[in-house]
Amino acid sequence: MVARKLHEIAHARSGDKGDVSNLSLIPFDASHYPTLVAQVTAARVADHFAPLGVTAVERYEMPRVHALNFVLRGALGGGVTVSLRLDPHGKSLSYALLELDVEI
Amino acid sequence: MAQGAVKGMGNAMPGPMRIGGGAGFAGDRVDPAVALVEHGALDYVVLECLAERTIALAQQERRRDPALGYGVSLDARMAALLPVAAKTGCRIVTNLGAANPSAAAQRIAVVARAQGHSITVAALLGDDVLDLVRDGQGEPTLPPEIMARLVSANAYLGARELRRAVATGADVVISGRVTDSALFLAPAAHHFGWPETDWDLQARGIVLGHLLECAGQITGGYYMDAGLKAVPEPARLGFPLAEVSPDGSFTVTKLPGTGGAVTLPIVIEQLFYEIGNPAAYLTPDVTANFTAVALAQPAPDRVHVTGARGTPPPDSYKVVACYDHGFIGEGEISYAGTGAAERARLAGEIVRERLRLTGVPCQRLRLDLLGINALHGDLAPAGRPYEVRLRVAASTESEGAAAAVGDEVEALLTNGPAGGGGARRHVRPVLGVAATFLRKALLADRIRVIEVSADGR
Repeated sequence: MVARKLHEIAHARSGDKGDVSNLSLIPFDASHYPTLVAQVTAARVADHFAPLGVTAVERYEMPRVHALNFVLRGALGGGVTVSLRLDPHGKSLSYALLELDVEI
Repeated sequence: MAQGAVKGMGNAMPGPMRIGGGAGFAGDRVDPAVALVEHGALDYVVLECLAERTIALAQQERRRDPALGYGVSLDARMAALLPVAAKTGCRIVTNLGAANPSAAAQRIAVVARAQGHSITVAALLGDDVLDLVRDGQGEPTLPPEIMARLVSANAYLGARELRRAVATGADVVISGRVTDSALFLAPAAHHFGWPETDWDLQARGIVLGHLLECAGQITGGYYMDAGLKAVPEPARLGFPLAEVSPDGSFTVTKLPGTGGAVTLPIVIEQLFYEIGNPAAYLTPDVTANFTAVALAQPAPDRVHVTGARGTPPPDSYKVVACYDHGFIGEGEISYAGTGAAERARLAGEIVRERLRLTGVPCQRLRLDLLGINALHGDLAPAGRPYEVRLRVAASTESEGAAAAVGDEVEALLTNGPAGGGGARRHVRPVLGVAATFLRKALLADRIRVIEVSADGR
Protein backbone atom coordinates (compact mmCIF):
# COMPACT_ATOMS: atom_id res chain seq x y z
CA MET A 1 0.00 0.00 0.00
CA VAL A 2 1.29 3.44 -0.94
CA ALA A 3 -0.11 6.75 0.26
CA ARG A 4 -1.09 9.02 -2.62
CA LYS A 5 -2.77 12.39 -2.85
CA LEU A 6 -6.24 12.07 -4.29
CA HIS A 7 -5.30 14.47 -7.09
CA GLU A 8 -2.83 11.90 -8.43
CA ILE A 9 -5.57 9.36 -9.15
CA ALA A 10 -8.80 11.35 -9.47
CA HIS A 11 -10.34 14.60 -10.64
CA ALA A 12 -13.23 16.66 -9.29
CA ARG A 13 -15.61 19.52 -10.19
CA SER A 14 -17.48 21.75 -7.77
CA GLY A 15 -20.95 23.22 -8.23
CA ASP A 16 -23.06 25.53 -6.04
CA LYS A 17 -26.69 25.91 -4.94
CA GLY A 18 -27.41 28.40 -2.18
CA ASP A 19 -25.19 27.49 0.78
CA VAL A 20 -24.49 24.00 -0.60
CA SER A 21 -21.44 22.94 -2.58
CA ASN A 22 -21.41 19.66 -4.47
CA LEU A 23 -18.15 17.98 -5.42
CA SER A 24 -17.87 15.18 -7.94
CA LEU A 25 -14.95 12.78 -7.57
CA ILE A 26 -13.92 10.70 -10.58
CA PRO A 27 -10.93 8.34 -10.83
CA PHE A 28 -8.73 8.70 -13.92
CA ASP A 29 -8.64 4.90 -14.00
CA ALA A 30 -12.00 3.17 -13.35
CA SER A 31 -10.20 0.42 -11.43
CA HIS A 32 -9.64 2.93 -8.61
CA TYR A 33 -13.38 3.46 -8.10
CA PRO A 34 -13.69 0.80 -5.32
CA THR A 35 -10.74 2.43 -3.52
CA LEU A 36 -12.54 5.77 -3.55
CA VAL A 37 -15.78 4.17 -2.35
CA ALA A 38 -13.95 2.48 0.52
CA GLN A 39 -11.70 5.33 1.60
CA VAL A 40 -13.31 8.64 0.70
CA THR A 41 -16.29 8.37 3.00
CA ALA A 42 -18.84 11.09 3.77
CA ALA A 43 -17.55 11.21 7.37
CA ARG A 44 -13.98 11.74 6.23
CA VAL A 45 -14.98 14.50 3.81
CA ALA A 46 -17.07 16.16 6.54
CA ASP A 47 -14.03 16.17 8.88
CA HIS A 48 -11.79 17.57 6.16
CA PHE A 49 -14.15 20.46 5.35
CA ALA A 50 -15.28 21.22 8.93
CA PRO A 51 -12.81 24.15 9.20
CA LEU A 52 -14.62 25.79 6.27
CA GLY A 53 -17.95 25.67 8.08
CA VAL A 54 -19.36 22.51 6.49
CA THR A 55 -22.02 21.07 8.79
CA ALA A 56 -23.06 17.86 6.99
CA VAL A 57 -21.96 15.77 4.02
CA GLU A 58 -23.97 13.30 1.96
CA ARG A 59 -22.32 10.95 -0.52
CA TYR A 60 -23.96 9.47 -3.62
CA GLU A 61 -22.48 6.63 -5.67
CA MET A 62 -22.71 6.46 -9.46
CA PRO A 63 -21.20 3.06 -10.32
CA ARG A 64 -22.26 3.18 -13.99
CA VAL A 65 -19.93 6.11 -14.60
CA HIS A 66 -17.60 5.20 -11.68
CA ALA A 67 -18.00 8.51 -9.89
CA LEU A 68 -18.97 9.84 -6.45
CA ASN A 69 -20.97 12.96 -5.64
CA PHE A 70 -20.52 14.75 -2.32
CA VAL A 71 -23.08 17.29 -1.12
CA LEU A 72 -21.56 19.69 1.44
CA ARG A 73 -24.04 21.68 3.51
CA GLY A 74 -22.98 25.04 4.96
CA ALA A 75 -20.01 25.12 2.58
CA LEU A 76 -20.46 28.57 1.05
CA GLY A 77 -20.26 31.07 3.88
CA GLY A 78 -24.04 31.61 4.07
CA GLY A 79 -24.74 31.37 0.33
CA VAL A 80 -23.30 32.60 -2.92
CA THR A 81 -24.87 36.06 -2.96
CA VAL A 82 -24.28 37.09 0.65
CA SER A 83 -20.94 35.37 1.32
CA LEU A 84 -17.94 37.54 2.18
CA ARG A 85 -15.58 35.02 0.64
CA LEU A 86 -13.28 35.73 -2.26
CA ASP A 87 -14.69 32.65 -4.04
CA PRO A 88 -18.35 32.75 -3.00
CA HIS A 89 -19.32 29.95 -5.42
CA GLY A 90 -16.70 27.62 -3.96
CA LYS A 91 -15.37 26.98 -7.47
CA SER A 92 -11.98 26.12 -5.95
CA LEU A 93 -13.30 23.64 -3.36
CA SER A 94 -12.82 20.65 -5.68
CA TYR A 95 -9.09 21.11 -5.21
CA ALA A 96 -9.47 21.01 -1.42
CA LEU A 97 -11.07 17.57 -1.75
CA LEU A 98 -8.18 16.40 -3.95
CA GLU A 99 -5.72 17.14 -1.11
CA LEU A 100 -6.97 14.08 0.82
CA ASP A 101 -4.65 11.06 1.04
CA VAL A 102 -5.64 7.58 -0.12
CA GLU A 103 -3.84 4.23 0.22
CA ILE A 104 -3.37 2.45 -3.10
CA MET B 1 -35.22 25.51 -40.97
CA ALA B 2 -31.96 23.60 -40.81
CA GLN B 3 -31.58 20.32 -42.60
CA GLY B 4 -32.62 17.14 -40.88
CA ALA B 5 -35.80 18.64 -39.53
CA VAL B 6 -39.22 18.01 -41.00
CA LYS B 7 -41.62 20.16 -39.10
CA GLY B 8 -45.36 20.38 -39.34
CA MET B 9 -45.43 17.65 -41.96
CA GLY B 10 -48.34 15.56 -40.77
CA ASN B 11 -47.24 12.08 -39.76
CA ALA B 12 -43.71 12.34 -41.13
CA MET B 13 -41.20 11.16 -38.56
CA PRO B 14 -38.96 14.07 -37.59
CA GLY B 15 -35.28 13.55 -38.23
CA PRO B 16 -32.58 14.05 -35.62
CA MET B 17 -32.30 17.46 -34.02
CA ARG B 18 -29.09 19.47 -33.74
CA ILE B 19 -28.90 21.88 -30.83
CA GLY B 20 -26.00 23.99 -29.58
CA GLY B 21 -24.99 25.54 -26.25
CA GLY B 22 -24.15 29.10 -27.23
CA ALA B 23 -23.70 30.76 -23.80
CA GLY B 24 -23.29 29.30 -20.32
CA PHE B 25 -23.53 32.47 -18.25
CA ALA B 26 -24.27 36.18 -18.63
CA GLY B 27 -20.67 37.11 -19.38
CA ASP B 28 -19.82 34.26 -21.71
CA ARG B 29 -17.90 34.59 -25.00
CA VAL B 30 -19.89 35.45 -28.13
CA ASP B 31 -17.62 34.33 -30.99
CA PRO B 32 -17.88 30.55 -30.28
CA ALA B 33 -21.67 30.86 -30.51
CA VAL B 34 -21.43 32.67 -33.85
CA ALA B 35 -19.22 29.83 -35.14
CA LEU B 36 -21.74 27.24 -33.91
CA VAL B 37 -24.66 28.92 -35.65
CA GLU B 38 -22.70 29.48 -38.84
CA HIS B 39 -21.13 26.04 -39.23
CA GLY B 40 -23.05 23.69 -36.92
CA ALA B 41 -26.10 23.04 -39.16
CA LEU B 42 -28.12 23.67 -35.99
CA ASP B 43 -31.88 23.62 -35.60
CA TYR B 44 -31.52 25.55 -32.32
CA VAL B 45 -28.91 27.44 -30.35
CA VAL B 46 -29.51 28.05 -26.65
CA LEU B 47 -28.17 31.04 -24.70
CA GLU B 48 -28.31 30.53 -20.92
CA CYS B 49 -27.53 33.88 -19.33
CA LEU B 50 -29.49 34.14 -16.07
CA ALA B 51 -27.89 33.45 -12.66
CA GLU B 52 -29.94 33.46 -9.45
CA ARG B 53 -29.40 37.11 -8.55
CA THR B 54 -29.22 38.46 -12.11
CA ILE B 55 -33.00 38.61 -12.28
CA ALA B 56 -33.22 40.75 -9.14
CA LEU B 57 -30.75 43.26 -10.57
CA ALA B 58 -32.83 43.28 -13.75
CA GLN B 59 -36.00 43.79 -11.71
CA GLN B 60 -34.47 46.89 -10.11
CA GLU B 61 -33.56 48.18 -13.57
CA ARG B 62 -37.09 47.57 -14.82
CA ARG B 63 -38.47 49.65 -11.96
CA ARG B 64 -36.32 52.57 -13.06
CA ASP B 65 -37.28 52.12 -16.74
CA PRO B 66 -40.17 49.85 -17.84
CA ALA B 67 -38.49 49.34 -21.23
CA LEU B 68 -35.47 47.72 -19.56
CA GLY B 69 -34.90 44.81 -17.20
CA TYR B 70 -33.73 42.27 -19.76
CA GLY B 71 -30.24 40.76 -19.93
CA VAL B 72 -27.50 43.34 -20.37
CA SER B 73 -25.80 41.34 -23.13
CA LEU B 74 -29.01 41.00 -25.20
CA ASP B 75 -28.08 43.66 -27.78
CA ALA B 76 -24.54 42.38 -28.31
CA ARG B 77 -25.54 38.73 -28.58
CA MET B 78 -28.46 39.40 -30.93
CA ALA B 79 -26.46 41.77 -33.12
CA ALA B 80 -23.82 39.06 -33.55
CA LEU B 81 -26.14 36.05 -33.94
CA LEU B 82 -29.21 37.28 -35.84
CA PRO B 83 -27.40 37.72 -39.20
CA VAL B 84 -25.91 34.20 -39.16
CA ALA B 85 -29.10 32.67 -37.77
CA ALA B 86 -31.09 34.30 -40.59
CA LYS B 87 -28.69 32.74 -43.07
CA THR B 88 -28.70 29.22 -41.64
CA GLY B 89 -32.25 29.01 -40.30
CA CYS B 90 -31.07 28.28 -36.77
CA ARG B 91 -33.61 29.29 -34.11
CA ILE B 92 -32.45 30.99 -30.90
CA VAL B 93 -33.81 30.01 -27.47
CA THR B 94 -32.72 32.12 -24.51
CA ASN B 95 -33.59 33.28 -21.00
CA LEU B 96 -32.10 36.73 -21.70
CA GLY B 97 -35.58 38.16 -21.08
CA ALA B 98 -34.65 38.20 -17.37
CA ALA B 99 -37.17 40.43 -15.54
CA ASN B 100 -38.79 41.72 -18.73
CA PRO B 101 -39.17 39.16 -21.57
CA SER B 102 -41.80 41.32 -23.26
CA ALA B 103 -39.46 44.35 -23.52
CA ALA B 104 -36.66 41.99 -24.60
CA ALA B 105 -38.81 40.74 -27.49
CA GLN B 106 -39.44 44.33 -28.59
CA ARG B 107 -35.75 45.10 -28.35
CA ILE B 108 -34.79 42.06 -30.45
CA ALA B 109 -37.22 43.24 -33.11
CA VAL B 110 -35.51 46.64 -33.11
CA VAL B 111 -32.06 45.06 -33.49
CA ALA B 112 -33.29 42.84 -36.35
CA ARG B 113 -35.01 45.70 -38.14
CA ALA B 114 -31.85 47.82 -37.94
CA GLN B 115 -29.99 44.96 -39.60
CA GLY B 116 -32.60 44.60 -42.32
CA HIS B 117 -33.89 41.21 -41.13
CA SER B 118 -37.51 40.15 -40.83
CA ILE B 119 -38.08 37.99 -37.77
CA THR B 120 -40.64 36.88 -35.25
CA VAL B 121 -39.96 36.66 -31.54
CA ALA B 122 -42.03 34.68 -29.03
CA ALA B 123 -41.79 35.58 -25.35
CA LEU B 124 -42.92 33.41 -22.44
CA LEU B 125 -44.46 35.45 -19.62
CA GLY B 126 -45.66 34.51 -16.17
CA ASP B 127 -42.62 33.60 -14.08
CA ASP B 128 -42.79 36.85 -12.09
CA VAL B 129 -44.61 35.85 -8.88
CA LEU B 130 -43.58 38.67 -6.55
CA ASP B 131 -47.24 39.49 -5.86
CA LEU B 132 -48.07 35.89 -4.89
CA VAL B 133 -45.07 35.60 -2.59
CA ARG B 134 -45.83 39.01 -1.01
CA ASP B 135 -49.36 37.75 -0.52
CA GLY B 136 -47.96 34.88 1.58
CA GLN B 137 -48.85 32.12 -0.89
CA GLY B 138 -45.35 30.62 -0.93
CA GLU B 139 -44.93 27.31 0.88
CA PRO B 140 -43.16 27.66 3.20
CA THR B 141 -43.90 31.33 3.89
CA LEU B 142 -40.69 33.36 3.93
CA PRO B 143 -39.56 34.84 7.28
CA PRO B 144 -40.89 38.37 7.98
CA GLU B 145 -37.41 39.97 7.84
CA ILE B 146 -37.08 38.72 4.25
CA MET B 147 -40.68 39.53 3.29
CA ALA B 148 -40.07 43.15 4.38
CA ARG B 149 -37.14 43.50 1.98
CA LEU B 150 -38.28 41.51 -1.07
CA VAL B 151 -37.04 42.74 -4.44
CA SER B 152 -38.09 39.93 -6.77
CA ALA B 153 -39.63 36.49 -6.82
CA ASN B 154 -39.59 34.29 -9.90
CA ALA B 155 -40.87 30.78 -10.43
CA TYR B 156 -38.72 28.31 -12.31
CA LEU B 157 -41.06 27.46 -15.18
CA GLY B 158 -40.35 24.33 -17.17
CA ALA B 159 -40.21 23.01 -20.69
CA ARG B 160 -43.95 22.31 -20.61
CA GLU B 161 -44.53 26.07 -20.51
CA LEU B 162 -41.62 27.09 -22.73
CA ARG B 163 -42.70 24.60 -25.38
CA ARG B 164 -45.74 26.79 -26.07
CA ALA B 165 -43.41 29.59 -27.16
CA VAL B 166 -41.27 27.21 -29.23
CA ALA B 167 -44.44 25.88 -30.93
CA THR B 168 -45.18 29.32 -32.41
CA GLY B 169 -42.28 28.70 -34.81
CA ALA B 170 -40.73 32.06 -33.91
CA ASP B 171 -37.13 32.68 -34.94
CA VAL B 172 -36.24 33.72 -31.39
CA VAL B 173 -37.84 32.30 -28.24
CA ILE B 174 -37.18 34.36 -25.13
CA SER B 175 -38.07 33.78 -21.50
CA GLY B 176 -37.42 35.04 -18.02
CA ARG B 177 -36.87 32.44 -15.33
CA VAL B 178 -37.15 28.87 -16.59
CA THR B 179 -34.99 25.95 -15.54
CA ASP B 180 -31.76 26.00 -17.51
CA SER B 181 -32.39 22.48 -18.78
CA ALA B 182 -35.87 23.46 -20.04
CA LEU B 183 -34.17 25.69 -22.62
CA PHE B 184 -33.04 22.44 -24.28
CA LEU B 185 -35.88 20.08 -23.37
CA ALA B 186 -38.55 22.40 -24.80
CA PRO B 187 -37.09 22.49 -28.35
CA ALA B 188 -36.46 18.72 -28.24
CA ALA B 189 -39.96 17.92 -26.99
CA HIS B 190 -41.45 20.18 -29.67
CA HIS B 191 -39.21 18.84 -32.44
CA PHE B 192 -40.01 15.19 -31.75
CA GLY B 193 -43.55 15.70 -30.46
CA TRP B 194 -42.69 14.00 -27.17
CA PRO B 195 -45.77 13.44 -24.98
CA GLU B 196 -45.54 15.56 -21.82
CA THR B 197 -46.11 12.49 -19.66
CA ASP B 198 -43.44 10.28 -21.22
CA TRP B 199 -41.19 10.73 -18.21
CA ASP B 200 -38.16 8.89 -19.62
CA LEU B 201 -38.10 11.16 -22.68
CA GLN B 202 -38.47 14.27 -20.50
CA ALA B 203 -35.59 13.02 -18.32
CA ARG B 204 -33.36 12.51 -21.36
CA GLY B 205 -34.08 16.05 -22.51
CA ILE B 206 -33.22 17.29 -19.02
CA VAL B 207 -29.88 15.46 -19.14
CA LEU B 208 -29.27 16.98 -22.58
CA GLY B 209 -29.89 20.43 -21.14
CA HIS B 210 -27.94 19.76 -17.97
CA LEU B 211 -24.87 18.76 -19.97
CA LEU B 212 -24.99 21.60 -22.53
CA GLU B 213 -26.32 24.58 -20.56
CA CYS B 214 -22.89 25.64 -19.29
CA ALA B 215 -21.54 25.72 -22.87
CA GLY B 216 -17.73 25.53 -22.60
CA GLN B 217 -17.86 23.48 -19.39
CA ILE B 218 -18.46 20.37 -21.51
CA THR B 219 -15.76 21.06 -24.08
CA GLY B 220 -12.89 21.38 -21.60
CA GLY B 221 -13.60 24.66 -19.81
CA TYR B 222 -13.55 24.46 -15.98
CA TYR B 223 -11.76 21.12 -16.53
CA MET B 224 -8.34 21.76 -17.99
CA ASP B 225 -5.33 21.40 -15.75
CA ALA B 226 -1.67 21.45 -16.63
CA GLY B 227 -0.47 17.85 -16.94
CA LEU B 228 -3.10 15.17 -16.30
CA LYS B 229 -6.05 17.15 -17.67
CA ALA B 230 -4.56 18.95 -20.65
CA VAL B 231 -7.03 20.28 -23.25
CA PRO B 232 -5.91 21.21 -26.79
CA GLU B 233 -5.97 24.84 -27.93
CA PRO B 234 -7.83 26.19 -24.88
CA ALA B 235 -7.94 29.77 -26.15
CA ARG B 236 -10.01 28.57 -29.12
CA LEU B 237 -12.38 26.50 -26.99
CA GLY B 238 -15.33 25.43 -29.13
CA PHE B 239 -18.87 25.46 -27.74
CA PRO B 240 -20.86 22.21 -27.68
CA LEU B 241 -23.59 20.84 -29.89
CA ALA B 242 -25.66 17.69 -29.59
CA GLU B 243 -27.18 15.45 -32.23
CA VAL B 244 -30.41 14.25 -30.63
CA SER B 245 -32.38 11.15 -31.67
CA PRO B 246 -36.15 10.67 -31.35
CA ASP B 247 -35.63 8.29 -28.38
CA GLY B 248 -33.83 11.05 -26.45
CA SER B 249 -30.36 9.58 -26.77
CA PHE B 250 -27.80 12.05 -28.05
CA THR B 251 -24.19 12.61 -28.96
CA VAL B 252 -22.29 15.58 -27.55
CA THR B 253 -19.66 16.98 -29.86
CA LYS B 254 -18.20 20.29 -31.08
CA LEU B 255 -17.26 21.89 -34.39
CA PRO B 256 -14.25 20.36 -36.15
CA GLY B 257 -11.20 22.63 -35.96
CA THR B 258 -12.16 24.32 -32.70
CA GLY B 259 -10.15 24.00 -29.50
CA GLY B 260 -11.14 22.02 -26.45
CA ALA B 261 -12.28 18.42 -26.24
CA VAL B 262 -15.35 16.30 -25.53
CA THR B 263 -14.27 13.26 -23.49
CA LEU B 264 -15.80 10.87 -20.95
CA PRO B 265 -14.06 12.47 -17.92
CA ILE B 266 -15.32 15.91 -18.94
CA VAL B 267 -18.89 14.70 -19.50
CA ILE B 268 -18.91 12.85 -16.15
CA GLU B 269 -17.77 16.02 -14.34
CA GLN B 270 -20.56 18.02 -15.94
CA LEU B 271 -23.18 15.31 -15.32
CA PHE B 272 -22.63 15.92 -11.58
CA TYR B 273 -22.36 19.71 -11.80
CA GLU B 274 -24.72 21.46 -9.34
CA ILE B 275 -26.74 18.39 -8.45
CA GLY B 276 -27.66 16.77 -5.14
CA ASN B 277 -29.14 13.28 -5.23
CA PRO B 278 -28.45 12.01 -8.76
CA ALA B 279 -31.30 9.50 -8.49
CA ALA B 280 -33.88 12.27 -8.05
CA TYR B 281 -33.03 15.49 -9.87
CA LEU B 282 -36.14 17.61 -9.40
CA THR B 283 -37.43 19.80 -12.21
CA PRO B 284 -40.93 21.12 -12.93
CA ASP B 285 -41.09 18.76 -15.94
CA VAL B 286 -39.88 15.47 -14.50
CA THR B 287 -37.98 13.91 -11.62
CA ALA B 288 -34.90 12.66 -13.46
CA ASN B 289 -32.75 9.70 -12.50
CA PHE B 290 -29.17 10.41 -13.57
CA THR B 291 -27.85 7.13 -12.12
CA ALA B 292 -29.37 5.32 -15.11
CA VAL B 293 -27.28 7.35 -17.58
CA ALA B 294 -24.73 5.42 -19.65
CA LEU B 295 -21.88 7.09 -21.53
CA ALA B 296 -19.74 5.89 -24.42
CA GLN B 297 -17.08 7.51 -26.57
CA PRO B 298 -17.32 6.06 -30.11
CA ALA B 299 -14.89 8.57 -31.64
CA PRO B 300 -12.70 11.50 -30.61
CA ASP B 301 -14.73 14.51 -29.40
CA ARG B 302 -17.96 12.49 -29.49
CA VAL B 303 -19.69 11.19 -26.35
CA HIS B 304 -22.93 9.25 -26.65
CA VAL B 305 -25.42 9.66 -23.78
CA THR B 306 -28.30 7.22 -23.17
CA GLY B 307 -30.52 5.78 -20.52
CA ALA B 308 -31.83 8.52 -18.20
CA ARG B 309 -35.10 7.56 -16.55
CA GLY B 310 -37.88 9.75 -15.24
CA THR B 311 -40.85 9.80 -12.87
CA PRO B 312 -43.53 12.49 -12.44
CA PRO B 313 -42.42 15.94 -11.26
CA PRO B 314 -43.44 17.75 -8.04
CA ASP B 315 -46.75 19.63 -8.23
CA SER B 316 -45.08 22.91 -7.22
CA TYR B 317 -42.76 25.34 -8.92
CA LYS B 318 -39.56 26.28 -7.12
CA VAL B 319 -39.47 30.04 -6.53
CA VAL B 320 -36.32 32.05 -5.96
CA ALA B 321 -36.92 35.29 -4.09
CA CYS B 322 -34.27 38.00 -3.85
CA TYR B 323 -34.19 40.50 -1.00
CA ASP B 324 -32.17 43.55 -0.09
CA HIS B 325 -29.23 42.45 2.05
CA GLY B 326 -27.34 45.72 2.47
CA PHE B 327 -23.84 46.14 1.06
CA ILE B 328 -20.42 44.52 0.98
CA GLY B 329 -17.36 46.75 1.15
CA GLU B 330 -13.94 45.41 0.22
CA GLY B 331 -10.35 46.65 0.21
CA GLU B 332 -7.11 45.00 -0.86
CA ILE B 333 -3.42 45.85 -0.48
CA SER B 334 -0.22 43.90 -1.21
CA TYR B 335 3.07 43.26 0.59
CA ALA B 336 6.23 41.48 -0.63
CA GLY B 337 9.62 40.31 0.57
CA THR B 338 10.70 39.15 4.03
CA GLY B 339 7.86 39.35 6.51
CA ALA B 340 5.21 39.98 3.86
CA ALA B 341 2.64 37.73 5.58
CA GLU B 342 3.32 39.30 8.99
CA ARG B 343 2.90 42.82 7.62
CA ALA B 344 -0.31 41.82 5.82
CA ARG B 345 -1.69 40.34 9.08
CA LEU B 346 -0.73 43.50 10.98
CA ALA B 347 -2.42 45.61 8.30
CA GLY B 348 -5.62 43.58 8.65
CA GLU B 349 -5.67 44.02 12.42
CA ILE B 350 -5.18 47.78 11.99
CA VAL B 351 -8.19 47.98 9.69
CA ARG B 352 -10.30 45.93 12.10
CA GLU B 353 -9.36 48.25 14.98
CA ARG B 354 -9.88 51.43 12.90
CA LEU B 355 -13.40 50.35 11.92
CA ARG B 356 -14.13 49.75 15.62
CA LEU B 357 -12.60 53.07 16.75
CA THR B 358 -14.44 55.10 14.13
CA GLY B 359 -17.74 53.37 14.87
CA VAL B 360 -18.35 51.83 11.45
CA PRO B 361 -21.15 49.29 11.91
CA CYS B 362 -20.08 46.01 10.27
CA GLN B 363 -22.28 42.95 10.66
CA ARG B 364 -19.51 40.61 9.59
CA LEU B 365 -15.83 41.30 8.90
CA ARG B 366 -13.42 38.98 7.12
CA LEU B 367 -9.64 39.20 6.74
CA ASP B 368 -8.03 37.10 3.99
CA LEU B 369 -4.40 36.70 3.01
CA LEU B 370 -4.44 35.96 -0.72
CA GLY B 371 -1.85 33.34 -1.46
CA ILE B 372 -2.18 31.86 2.05
CA ASN B 373 -5.73 31.29 3.26
CA ALA B 374 -8.30 33.18 1.16
CA LEU B 375 -9.79 30.19 -0.67
CA HIS B 376 -9.41 27.17 1.62
CA GLY B 377 -8.89 28.86 5.00
CA ASP B 378 -7.06 26.73 7.54
CA LEU B 379 -6.86 23.75 5.16
CA ALA B 380 -3.81 25.33 3.54
CA PRO B 381 -0.40 23.97 4.58
CA ALA B 382 1.92 26.47 6.29
CA GLY B 383 4.38 28.24 3.99
CA ARG B 384 6.16 31.53 3.48
CA PRO B 385 5.01 33.05 0.19
CA TYR B 386 7.13 35.92 -1.15
CA GLU B 387 4.08 38.07 -2.01
CA VAL B 388 0.89 38.37 0.01
CA ARG B 389 -2.24 40.39 -0.65
CA LEU B 390 -4.52 41.39 2.22
CA ARG B 391 -8.24 41.45 1.51
CA VAL B 392 -10.70 42.96 3.97
CA ALA B 393 -14.42 42.38 3.37
CA ALA B 394 -17.34 43.47 5.51
CA SER B 395 -21.10 43.21 5.33
CA THR B 396 -22.88 46.45 6.20
CA GLU B 397 -26.35 47.91 6.23
CA SER B 398 -25.41 51.20 4.57
CA GLU B 399 -23.39 52.05 1.48
CA GLY B 400 -21.39 54.58 3.51
CA ALA B 401 -20.22 51.96 6.01
CA ALA B 402 -19.22 49.67 3.14
CA ALA B 403 -17.16 52.47 1.61
CA ALA B 404 -15.37 52.99 4.94
CA VAL B 405 -13.84 49.52 4.62
CA GLY B 406 -12.04 50.54 1.43
CA ASP B 407 -11.16 53.91 2.95
CA GLU B 408 -9.37 52.26 5.85
CA VAL B 409 -7.48 49.85 3.59
CA GLU B 410 -6.38 52.68 1.32
CA ALA B 411 -5.29 54.72 4.34
CA LEU B 412 -2.76 51.98 5.12
CA LEU B 413 -0.62 53.37 2.28
CA THR B 414 0.58 56.20 4.54
CA ASN B 415 -0.54 54.96 7.96
CA GLY B 416 0.17 51.23 7.91
CA PRO B 417 2.96 48.66 7.59
CA ALA B 418 6.02 49.26 5.38
CA GLY B 419 5.95 48.55 1.68
CA GLY B 420 2.18 48.33 1.20
CA GLY B 421 1.14 48.93 -2.42
CA GLY B 422 -1.54 48.33 -5.01
CA ALA B 423 -4.52 49.31 -2.85
CA ARG B 424 -7.91 48.68 -4.49
CA ARG B 425 -11.43 49.16 -3.16
CA HIS B 426 -14.92 48.08 -4.08
CA VAL B 427 -18.49 48.55 -2.84
CA ARG B 428 -21.49 46.58 -4.07
CA PRO B 429 -25.15 46.19 -3.09
CA VAL B 430 -26.05 42.68 -1.95
CA LEU B 431 -29.14 40.67 -2.74
CA GLY B 432 -29.91 37.70 -0.56
CA VAL B 433 -31.61 34.69 -2.11
CA ALA B 434 -34.35 32.61 -0.50
CA ALA B 435 -36.26 29.68 -1.95
CA THR B 436 -39.91 28.74 -1.56
CA PHE B 437 -42.53 26.87 -3.59
CA LEU B 438 -45.83 27.73 -5.28
CA ARG B 439 -48.48 25.23 -6.32
CA LYS B 440 -48.52 25.03 -10.12
CA ALA B 441 -52.26 25.69 -10.31
CA LEU B 442 -51.72 29.18 -8.87
CA LEU B 443 -49.79 30.22 -11.99
CA ALA B 444 -51.90 28.58 -14.69
CA ASP B 445 -53.79 31.77 -15.62
CA ARG B 446 -50.79 34.05 -15.83
CA ILE B 447 -48.53 31.97 -18.06
CA ARG B 448 -48.83 33.13 -21.66
CA VAL B 449 -46.91 33.63 -24.86
CA ILE B 450 -46.76 36.87 -26.82
CA GLU B 451 -45.36 37.31 -30.31
CA VAL B 452 -43.55 40.30 -31.79
CA SER B 453 -42.69 40.66 -35.46
CA ALA B 454 -40.19 42.85 -37.26
CA ASP B 455 -40.30 43.55 -40.98
CA GLY B 456 -36.77 44.39 -42.01
CA ARG B 457 -37.42 45.04 -45.69
